[in-house]
Amino acid sequence: MSEVKKIATRESYGNALKELGATHPEIIVFDADLADSTKTGMFRREFPDRHFNCGIAEANMMAVAAGAATMGLVPFASSFAMFASGRAYEQIRNSIGYPRLNVKICASHAGISVGEDGASHQCCEDFALMRSIPGMVVMCPADDVEAQAMVKAAYAYNGPVYIRLGRSPVPVFEHRPDYSFTIGKGEVLAEGGDVAIIATGLMVYEAMEAAKLLAEQGVHARVINMATIKPLDEELVLKAARECGKIVTAEEHSIIGGLGEAVCAVIAESGVPCKVKRVGVNDVFGHSGPAAALLKEFGLSAEHIAEVVKSF
Amino acid sequence: MTPEEKKQLQIAACRVRMGIIEGTHAAKSGHPGGSMSAADLFTYLYFKELNVDPANPKMPERDRFVLSKGHTAPGLYAALALRGFFPWEDLKTLRHIDSYLQGHPNMDMVPGVDMSTGSLGQGISVAAGMALAARVQGNSCRVYTLLGDGEIEEGEVWEALMFAHHYKLDNLCVIIDNNGLQIDGPIDQVMSPYPIVDKVKAFGFEVVEIDGHDFDQMEAAFARARETKGVPFAIVMKTTKGKGISFMEDQVGWHGKGPNDAEYEQAMAELDQKLAELEAM
Repeated sequence: MSEVKKIATRESYGNALKELGATHPEIIVFDADLADSTKTGMFRREFPDRHFNCGIAEANMMAVAAGAATMGLVPFASSFAMFASGRAYEQIRNSIGYPRLNVKICASHAGISVGEDGASHQCCEDFALMRSIPGMVVMCPADDVEAQAMVKAAYAYNGPVYIRLGRSPVPVFEHRPDYSFTIGKGEVLAEGGDVAIIATGLMVYEAMEAAKLLAEQGVHARVINMATIKPLDEELVLKAARECGKIVTAEEHSIIGGLGEAVCAVIAESGVPCKVKRVGVNDVFGHSGPAAALLKEFGLSAEHIAEVVKSF
Repeated sequence: MTPEEKKQLQIAACRVRMGIIEGTHAAKSGHPGGSMSAADLFTYLYFKELNVDPANPKMPERDRFVLSKGHTAPGLYAALALRGFFPWEDLKTLRHIDSYLQGHPNMDMVPGVDMSTGSLGQGISVAAGMALAARVQGNSCRVYTLLGDGEIEEGEVWEALMFAHHYKLDNLCVIIDNNGLQIDGPIDQVMSPYPIVDKVKAFGFEVVEIDGHDFDQMEAAFARARETKGVPFAIVMKTTKGKGISFMEDQVGWHGKGPNDAEYEQAMAELDQKLAELEAM
């Protein structure tokens, strides 16, 4: 395990942004005093004239980004997920979402894996908040390759996008040679017919590991990487529901309002008989500690996913 | 400004006030009070100050206007209609279920509206973003935004003022409509934002205080705004809420309700008389 290459998706964001900036002069970047942490600082070093620190004022930043978008620029606005989606929710809703402005909100330090900073910074509600805004695309990459492709896809897409990024380094997968990223499309990473594990973000790796544990016990799990939470790849969910009859969702987010509930809603309204269990943060706040230990404690692990699969 | 020019502005402002009454009467709701206090400003902006073209409402080099106090849409709509952005008759569809004239402005529906607003405090940030973007793009347009004096109780407004000064947005002109009233009562009783001029100055703005119903003072203030370099500019205008209609003036109750039929008749009679006086001048 220790030889697995690990990169934090915020790092991937910084790299992709820097690359995009070289060929797209209409990209403008906003940050709220966290440029070194969100990695927009990587863009700033290359293009200081197109990076604007807004100070610790996220609400203003989001509406400033909206204003820049009305002028035809393509703003990327970054902060920690807690403050981007939480503090500035209403600015995003009214000044970005309602006029469908072309702003890319790239929020880092999402979820329990923020670690030592503790509950005030461990945002497990951003999917719920952002999904509730009409027209908002909500995405969360599983690894470096996907994160970079996702940032480029977000740029190419015309409309508001929320991308959730992580603080902690996560394993880089072996991708198929024909890998490409499409907004709204899930990816089957492992075939199986006994259960489907639909995961997003850093839980995709845990889902793959869970599938290995289950395989040792004769349970063949399909693993789906659902990088786009909204619009959800309903076809892929229903295919899994029909063929497996049993689904476990896995996300580093509250079980309320995130991927799990989105999957449940699609299945419940389809009439396809399928049981679902959600692995996620179980309607509680986090606390300080090393990311790896917290993920284990909150059940965001391959072992726990495997247990849940066997529990029903 | 020549006396004739001023007279024409006064006539236009009277017509804008008629449009506000038409709209809020037809809607049986809406915000006439703050629309009336800003009616002279809307008129001055769209008939004198702004570089806009009703035939080409999206022209890239146009000046931008963000109505941060979005609830006074009836005033903005009346000025836009009078300027020729859309038919005057449409004002009577204000807030109707099949109308593009939403209760608060929608940039995708209404020709001439540069930003969807309504949630207080956000428009000034948007305007600052436009001004910054214009500079990045080398666009020489100017950006104007109008806020209510109650609106500036929102913390975001002060974040935006800080931002505008930090980035030396001298292409931004912030206008505050100091009519002294908000929904729950006089602003100094609800949550005093005073002293407004001193506070905005302390945030690094060049500030002038004017009578918001005096076109000569407006002309001087906007000229100074255009000449000011290196810092953003703010105009705090003293106004009367409900200005122009005897029974609406300085009445908090006219913040957010439409005139009934009798009130409509009286208001229009007062404005008709004012218009006749102006035209006879």
